Amino acid sequence: MAIFNLNINGSEHSVEVDPNTPMLWVLRDHLKLVGTKYGCGIAQCGACTIHLGNSAVRSCQLPISVVANQKITTIEGLSENGDHPVQKAWLEIDVPQCGYCQAGQIMTASALLNQNPNPSDTEIETAMDGNICRCGTYTRIKKAIQLAVANQNLS
Amino acid sequence: MTLVKTKIGRRAFIKNTSLAGGGLILGFSIFNSCKPKEAEKLVVQEMPKEWFEINSYLKIGDNGLVTIMAPNPEFGQGVITSMPMIVADELDVAWKEVLVEQANFDTESYGWQFTGGSQGIRRRWEGLRMAGATAKQMLKEAAAQIWQVSVSEITVSEGVLRHKASGNSAGYGEMASVAAKLEVPKEVPLKEVKDFTIIGKSKKSVENQKIVTGKPLFGLDYQFENSLIAMVEHPPAFGLKLKSFDAAEVGSMPGIVDVFSIKTLEDDFKRGYFDTNAFTDLIAIVGKSTWEVMNAKKKLKAEWEPIADSTYKMDRFGTEVDVEVPKGLESTDEHYKKMKVMAAKPGTMVRKDGNPEAAFKKAAKIIERTYTCPFLAHNCMEPMNFFAHVTDEGAKLAGPLQAPGLTGPTVAARLGMPVERVDIELTRMGGGFGRRAYGHYAVEAALISQQAKAPIKLIYNREDDMTAGIYRPSYHATYKAALDENNNLVAFHVKAGGIPETPLFANRFPAGAVDNYLAEQWAINSNITIGAFRAPRSNFMAGVEQAFLDEVAEAAGKDPIDFRLELLERVKNDPVGENNEYEPNRLAGVLKLVREKSNWSQAPSGTHRGVSAYFCHNSYAAHVVDVVMEGDVPKVEKVVCAVDCGIVVNPDAAANMTEGAIVDGIGNAMYGELTFNEGQTEQKNFDRYKIIRYSETPNKIEVHFVRNEIDPTGLGEPPFPPVFGALANALYKATGERLYHQPFISRKQVIG
Ligand code: FES
Ligand code: FES
Repeated sequence: MAIFNLNINGSEHSVEVDPNTPMLWVLRDHLKLVGTKYGCGIAQCGACTIHLGNSAVRSCQLPISVVANQKITTIEGLSENGDHPVQKAWLEIDVPQCGYCQAGQIMTASALLNQNPNPSDTEIETAMDGNICRCGTYTRIKKAIQLAVANQNLS
Repeated sequence: MTLVKTKIGRRAFIKNTSLAGGGLILGFSIFNSCKPKEAEKLVVQEMPKEWFEINSYLKIGDNGLVTIMAPNPEFGQGVITSMPMIVADELDVAWKEVLVEQANFDTESYGWQFTGGSQGIRRRWEGLRMAGATAKQMLKEAAAQIWQVSVSEITVSEGVLRHKASGNSAGYGEMASVAAKLEVPKEVPLKEVKDFTIIGKSKKSVENQKIVTGKPLFGLDYQFENSLIAMVEHPPAFGLKLKSFDAAEVGSMPGIVDVFSIKTLEDDFKRGYFDTNAFTDLIAIVGKSTWEVMNAKKKLKAEWEPIADSTYKMDRFGTEVDVEVPKGLESTDEHYKKMKVMAAKPGTMVRKDGNPEAAFKKAAKIIERTYTCPFLAHNCMEPMNFFAHVTDEGAKLAGPLQAPGLTGPTVAARLGMPVERVDIELTRMGGGFGRRAYGHYAVEAALISQQAKAPIKLIYNREDDMTAGIYRPSYHATYKAALDENNNLVAFHVKAGGIPETPLFANRFPAGAVDNYLAEQWAINSNITIGAFRAPRSNFMAGVEQAFLDEVAEAAGKDPIDFRLELLERVKNDPVGENNEYEPNRLAGVLKLVREKSNWSQAPSGTHRGVSAYFCHNSYAAHVVDVVMEGDVPKVEKVVCAVDCGIVVNPDAAANMTEGAIVDGIGNAMYGELTFNEGQTEQKNFDRYKIIRYSETPNKIEVHFVRNEIDPTGLGEPPFPPVFGALANALYKATGERLYHQPFISRKQVIG
């Protein structure tokens, strides 16, 4: 057990856990930020995607001990009022079915657009291929990302 | 204070609940504490001071805000939006004035709260309309009473009552308290289809705002003060059971509170149809955090021993049957060998028309093909989980369930308490696909809480979820068709079986279209548990039948759509037999629509097309799949789909679910398989169990609904099964090779 100070969604948090504890469970169990989902625990499904700095990472494979003072963003902190361009596009296209994978999808897509505001189809594919949607909402995810790109370029 | 039932003719009762009062029922969960605030944000409306419950489906606030209960559990099919839409339309209220709440397990108020079988909207259609229409009628009567005018002179629009002659008008909120005291009218008028204002107009899912902002919605997100985390360990293989385990070692690991075994169903318990469970003896580990419990689970030492042959009693919805469970450690190779042997023997005849034997003898051409498919795991994105807090007073449970009306009684029976003391809060489900109709994990959670004397949340890890059983069975089917010298289909024979059930539907197309027809079936017992998987049995039969018909059409030198339409014409004019399940007109209808919308005869260059059409779960779906070759790898470029499911309540959401069914179909047809070795699944997580991904999804999916005024007939399943066939037919066009064994990509050459 050790005490870790974390910067999550712009605020400071302190938790006392085993240093190997994946951020996924720190968020869900200790900080009650349950928007980040568990799907596989082995970096195969993307349900647990969060931002570490500006990059999308699988929080199920991210031990708390390596986070140090890097900024973490979860779905709860992606935007103040749920109005990040990716979130807005998701609502506009009515993407979710069961919704369980969608936080991970949104976090992957928003990190992509943050790093690459005009991704090609192949770049989108490469980024999104790590996120499984068992309900099969991929065609809508594609539309929503395209819409977010377009809206982002307008503003 | 009284409560109104929607049952027509009963006395009306009134119940007004304030928000604070409502809060008490739900305990301390964060679900509850975020509800009213969210609600306010969503509608940008003041919450009412008082709610008047008109019937169990809806309550109206003193300010006109309406809360409509979604009676069925939600797992992505959109009923939490579409069911309230139906009520709101008949109630004549503006959709923006509506708040939606998920109803909890309450058979008395909501009847059969089942999500599955594409039954939701179909079964609720009339009742939901009646709930809305009854409330509207009572509001009109209240206004008539107060204004001293005739009720027939009162008109309603968007939650406002008006009386033209007197110039009176009032919002629903003003009349709600009076309306709630009135007698429920014996009969209420329902709208004409043409007068619908909400049904048929796309509405966004009422929960999407919460989903995209990561609000707690799912069972796995459920929080309860001082709740512990529990996990279970089940035998590593089918055919094994728990022998012994070492509780001490893991019991002393950090964060671990308790380690013990549970027995989820007593051996003499008469199981219900959805009480399927291979592993009734489990080791439970209870601890403070998920990670700590996961670590302990990895270290747990247990010994397992072979099961013996056994039998248990099952109540199959009123009929008692004995279910045999054979011992042994089964493997996939052996399954396929056994099925081949079994398929070579005569099966049990289920339907026979004419004289198939003689017709086959006389045939000019005979085509015979054999098809197989593997077991599949549902792999809901949210693994199985359940919260339970069991005390001497009762049980408080919460989590994802498709059939709370079946799981509730089993939990109650196992805990030895009346079902009234089992309170189940229904959370949104992260997928279901049939899997969550089998609520053994709720029973497990309840028993663990009871023994640990603490509130616990049971969590399956992905490996537990994938290896616990309740799979889509492995099936086998042989089709034989006879053509005469004019290439007419004169005889048809289907023989189908599986492990451990037959997938046969003897009375579906092309039954009814062929003078000489024979359908036979068989089954091989297994200790691997199976369960409903999106369109059970159809999910195999549709694909292989439609692939076979494609070959028959080709042998007859006919266009595959024309060939099917000719047969359907025959069924329409002169059906063979009496028990044909489908309506030939509606099946022909989706074929014609998909032919038109896909521009069937003009495939874009470089694309290869396949078609299919199928009836199941009371609805009809047809697909045209376009495949392109990317080097050696086939890729589905586009799918055009036509569906006849009657009236479509929420068209864009219906399209979304249909798109999902198509992607699901392509994924499972191409990659889906769960194989066994020595009783163990060879796939335990998504590293080896391949789920379709973004880049493998068609670029474009078009969904077209047949427009008619037929009451809704169901949508969750019907578009799924025929995908397998259209894809197989398109792949044949693309590669020149017919595919007989699923999945098409990884296993196609293995089985002879
Ligand atoms: S839970 Fe982390 S990738 Fe699946
Ligand atoms: S919406 Fe259900 S898993 Fe993606």
